[in-house]
Amino acid sequence: MFSFLRRRSSTSDVKGRRSRDDRGFRLVTGAFAAVVLLTVVALAFELVRQSALSIAKFGLHFWTGKTWDPVAGEFGALPFIWGTLYSSILALLLATPIALGIAIFISELSPRLLRQPLAYLTELLAAIPSIVYGLWGIFVLVPIVRKLELATPEVLKKLPLFKGPPLGVGMAAGAVILAIMIVPFTSSVAREILKNVPSTQREAAYALGATRWEAIKVAISYGKSGILGAVMLGFGRALGETMAVTMVIGNNPQVSTSLFAPQYTMAAVIANEFTEAADDLYLHALIEIGLLLFVITIVINMLSRLLLWSMKRRSAA
Amino acid sequence: MKKALITIAALLLAACGGNEKTSTTGTAAGSAPAAAQGKVVAINGAGATFPYPIYSKWFDEYSKTHPNVRVNYQSIGSGGGIKQLSAQTVFFGASDMPMTDQQLKDAPHPILHFPTVLGGVVPIYNIPGVTAQLHFSGPTLANVYLGKITKWNDKQIAAENPGVALPATDIAVVHRSDGSGTTFIFCDFLSKTSPEFKQKVGASTSVQWPAGVGAKGNEGVSGLVQQTPGAVGYVELIYSLQNKIPFGAVRNKAGEYVTATLDSVTAAAAGAAAHMPDDFRVSITDADGKDAYPISSFTWMLFYEKPSDKERAKIMTDFLKWALSDGQQFATNLRYAPLPKSVVDKELQVLARISS
Repeated sequence: MFSFLRRRSSTSDVKGRRSRDDRGFRLVTGAFAAVVLLTVVALAFELVRQSALSIAKFGLHFWTGKTWDPVAGEFGALPFIWGTLYSSILALLLATPIALGIAIFISELSPRLLRQPLAYLTELLAAIPSIVYGLWGIFVLVPIVRKLELATPEVLKKLPLFKGPPLGVGMAAGAVILAIMIVPFTSSVAREILKNVPSTQREAAYALGATRWEAIKVAISYGKSGILGAVMLGFGRALGETMAVTMVIGNNPQVSTSLFAPQYTMAAVIANEFTEAADDLYLHALIEIGLLLFVITIVINMLSRLLLWSMKRRSAA
Repeated sequence: MKKALITIAALLLAACGGNEKTSTTGTAAGSAPAAAQGKVVAINGAGATFPYPIYSKWFDEYSKTHPNVRVNYQSIGSGGGIKQLSAQTVFFGASDMPMTDQQLKDAPHPILHFPTVLGGVVPIYNIPGVTAQLHFSGPTLANVYLGKITKWNDKQIAAENPGVALPATDIAVVHRSDGSGTTFIFCDFLSKTSPEFKQKVGASTSVQWPAGVGAKGNEGVSGLVQQTPGAVGYVELIYSLQNKIPFGAVRNKAGEYVTATLDSVTAAAAGAAAHMPDDFRVSITDADGKDAYPISSFTWMLFYEKPSDKERAKIMTDFLKWALSDGQQFATNLRYAPLPKSVVDKELQVLARISS
């Protein structure tokens, strides 16, 4: 099991102190790596153990149940799963073009003088605590969203996307706040990727008579797997964001496609209800929500790995 | 090599064993020898956030006259307080809703409830053009929160507010999204006055709301109500008094529309005192009495009836006697409604019985 700790150095004739040092180093770093692995395993184990009651009672229906009734002891997670995925995907759609635009501008087009301040400012956005985003959301964003909702033409309101009363709080506000929060993550990683594209790539493109835009396209294409990684990083952040979202999304567990409808996310329901959940089944159901979030995050990470891998294979072929 | 494996195994074991109870300070189970004379005795408690300001004040005042006592109170929420008390990791708990029969049965030893102060919950609203104080009855509020009344000029609301020009605005229902004793008290009142609400929603710290949006905390609810035309919400009386938020009057059991004040909340407890059960686990929403504000509630401190740690038990009994008598004077300043004398007397009798 721990064979990686025993693997000998390839230069077998090196003896004495140096080989001892190598082994010690390998052990230490191996132990650190094991800590990460053990944490994940322990986390999964604890999540399952502490949601045992709910798993036993609801089984797979927990995934598909739409009722969340702490009084009757009836729990289903579908509205939360829906709200989490829907808000994160919307946020991704909003944030990705902006983030990539920022990254491309800073790394390719911006005057040298502006480059550092712009990069610094976008990264500053990432340092703002999410409660501040949430308060800003309540007092600034939500009233603006409400005005937009009120101004929505009647024709559009017939579409399922714009159904419901104009409350301001709801999916639209939640997605926008998430988008603002993930832009700095995606854009700064994407910027680093573009910066590390070898200049020979661009020079070669210019040498072939490419315009500036075509040369940029070559650079983007070179770094596309890394850029996809940057996008997925933003997605992961959106999935787990709690405080800012719960303050503007309306916290009403329902499965609705409407941007106006108040909805709920998995992280938000845990944060909201955990402290006052006194009976065991209720607590176990909340922890099982955490377990689902854990599983969903892992699945999405695996899917993005798969996507990256197939992209690499295609470009290599 | 083996050494490394053993170390990892030991770490694993240590990690798995981390759940065992290790805390000993101030637990009921702790069999630590009584602190020597003159030594500071630390007592740990945990529970509801609602009474936190008055409890800190009490512990502070009490330790001025009893310098050898230090009480640590963690306001982690009622549910957490009950859990920690049942797990015996704290000496006392505190809760905004009484423990259920099941929770009492699950606890390792019998637990006593002591009401300490009172709180109320008030309906707040934001209707453009309406400045008069609105009147609500339980069934009307229940229908609003059930999503059955959707316009402010609904017949049911208009009938209770003659002379008020109510607009045809949509009602935007706002409730708490976080689990809260405030939600419990509000729903408890609605369940008592509306059979339909009781059957469809019920009362708990979190419920399945048929309508509206959830906002976090009193500040979230009042913030959303204040900036949404047509909104209705509910917040703690203390919060609305401190922030000068106007609120509606609510019809009590006697048929009077009563505005929540500290006096009318205390009156509710006095009205309920007549049929107070011996364990004080009683809801005083919709209480008897002409002046009683109907959405009122006790908040409780929870103790084991016969803790094994006699020294701490003696201190806490003494503290409670003080809090229920001299301590009550601090309540009004912090905008808590003090307990009526009838309830205090009854509690002191119970305290005298268990400390004898």
